Amino acid sequence: MDHAVKQPLLEVNKLSAFFRAGRGEVQVTRDVSFTMAPGEMVGLVGESGCGKTVTGLALMGLLPPASSRLEGKILLQGQDLIAMPPSAKRRLRGRRISMIFQEPMSALDPVFTIGHQISETLRAHQDVSRAEARNRAIEALARVGIPEPTLRYDAYPHQLSGGMRQRAMIAIALVCEPQLLIADEPTTALDVTVQAQIVDVLGELCTRMGMAMLFITHDLGLVSQTCSRLVTMYAGEVVEEGRVDDILLRPRHPYSSGLLRSLPALTQRKARLPAIPGRVPVRGDMPPGCRFQPRCAHAQPPCTAPQPLRAVQPQGEVRCCRAEELILPGVLPVERAA
Amino acid sequence: MNRRQLLLIGSRLLQVVPVVILATVAIFGLLQLVPGDPAAVIAGEYATAERIADIRRMLGLDRPVWEQYVVWLGHAVQGDLSASLITGQPVLDEVLRRLPNTLLITVLALVLAVLIGVPLGILAATRVDRPTDRIVTTIASLGVAVPNFWLGMILVGFFALGLGWFPTTGAASLTQDPLRALSHAALPALALATGGIAEITRQLRSALIEVLSSQYVRTLHAKGLSNARILWQHGLKNVSLTLLTVVGLVFNRALGATVAIEAVFAIPGTGSLVVASATNKDFPVVQGVVFVLVLIVIGLNLMIDLLYSLLDPRVNRR
Repeated sequence: MDHAVKQPLLEVNKLSAFFRAGRGEVQVTRDVSFTMAPGEMVGLVGESGCGKTVTGLALMGLLPPASSRLEGKILLQGQDLIAMPPSAKRRLRGRRISMIFQEPMSALDPVFTIGHQISETLRAHQDVSRAEARNRAIEALARVGIPEPTLRYDAYPHQLSGGMRQRAMIAIALVCEPQLLIADEPTTALDVTVQAQIVDVLGELCTRMGMAMLFITHDLGLVSQTCSRLVTMYAGEVVEEGRVDDILLRPRHPYSSGLLRSLPALTQRKARLPAIPGRVPVRGDMPPGCRFQPRCAHAQPPCTAPQPLRAVQPQGEVRCCRAEELILPGVLPVERAA
Repeated sequence: MNRRQLLLIGSRLLQVVPVVILATVAIFGLLQLVPGDPAAVIAGEYATAERIADIRRMLGLDRPVWEQYVVWLGHAVQGDLSASLITGQPVLDEVLRRLPNTLLITVLALVLAVLIGVPLGILAATRVDRPTDRIVTTIASLGVAVPNFWLGMILVGFFALGLGWFPTTGAASLTQDPLRALSHAALPALALATGGIAEITRQLRSALIEVLSSQYVRTLHAKGLSNARILWQHGLKNVSLTLLTVVGLVFNRALGATVAIEAVFAIPGTGSLVVASATNKDFPVVQGVVFVLVLIVIGLNLMIDLLYSLLDPRVNRR
């Protein structure tokens, strides 16, 4: 059993997603690889359209089978989810892996009560009586900090505020106590004050239940609050992976550095926000070699060669041939970081 | 039935009053536009001008239109739809005598439309862009386009005259001889139903496709529910409002279409009554029939409104 303890909870290995487009296919993500230990909280960041959500949906097996195709491996405790038959994958969803979404307004069925939507999840996976499912659903509502959970059990989604709906969504996702939660921008659609509460609830529940969380977001501030590790994606590829503290201080990839420096709260007041120049390349028209190189201030001729994701010292991985020579600014000024 | 729903029923009932008044004004006004004078028709071909004037006075046709209308409405709310100009029989009796024949084919058409349209719609929506879906949507488009009276004649020619499975014309009382009544009603109901089948199929298909590709259905998949459960529980409850709306429309349309269908099948219903009365300028009968049909349509819409509030929790919000 010794090796079972060391085995990662999730191992994503060279995962590529393709979408059917007309006669052909478009590659949406390429060779996405990362691992997650049991109970670990990992941030997955990048701009809109970089493939974060597609990666999350791929882990859940929720990409439409008729119009998409996956390559690579997704190992959940050694079991390959891509090779698994659909019915077996369905039994994993909501039980061992759960997902919450960006829009709590439209992610809940409007014509069923919150309570029904929680207890039906429980009853889909476990052999429990109606009464017991009800009790556990009320417990789940209480756990996510919904006041008067017994009353709220019979509430419809439209009777709750956005923050409460997202809490209800979390209650649904966590009622079967999964090992892995994929949170796809769970706070983007919410008020700023509510955002912090939701992130707190998620972090606290993960710790208490020993659950791992993949936190998909473009908000590095939220990641630094909750996660211990960070995966940065750009144009469908993982460009950097490492400990949050390391990357905040000294990012290895120019894109990570650009993302960090465009955080408003962390730059000086009244100074212009540094933005990353240029725009994300279009699928099907990817630059050769490093996909960030056309926008990169540090690009040099070797950058047009294919860039592998490679390990850097002391920890982490980066997809940049100049990682060692560049000293890139993080959220702190370079002089102090170095 | 909670207090809120009672309030809803009350306010909806109040809204019915202006609708009924508008509808009756419209009927009255339209009949005034019809060329020809009922008095002249009754008086016969070689009547003198005085004779016609006498008849006009007797029938109250010499009075201002608004006065005629108020008198008529006053009687109508008391259940007196006045009498036929031709036969002198009370209009209400005649309408009530014929209404069962019309309602039988209309309700039967609605049942057929739901029983055939709903499964077809679900079948197509769960197989979007696959051959089954293509075939169903093509047939549904044809069903919308085919005129029901023409289809009625084809059905008579094939099933009644050719195969002899059904009677060609007429009607029977459902209470006295249910089997014969149903066999008489089968072909006209089928002819009436085709448009409804097509409409229900198309609307249900598009509503269900929308629901099944919604974000909350993605959540249901993320929870690990089976496809069957997602379709039959969440999918159907979410499209039930659309279905209800379409069923109401289909019923109203079928009721209107009985005018043509009853002519094709020689059914003594309200549709053929209205046609015959209009030709004879028997205006009180036309008014009476339309008044009763309007009441039926409004009553059905009221019922549908109330069902909405039972099916969708958001309707009661206020």
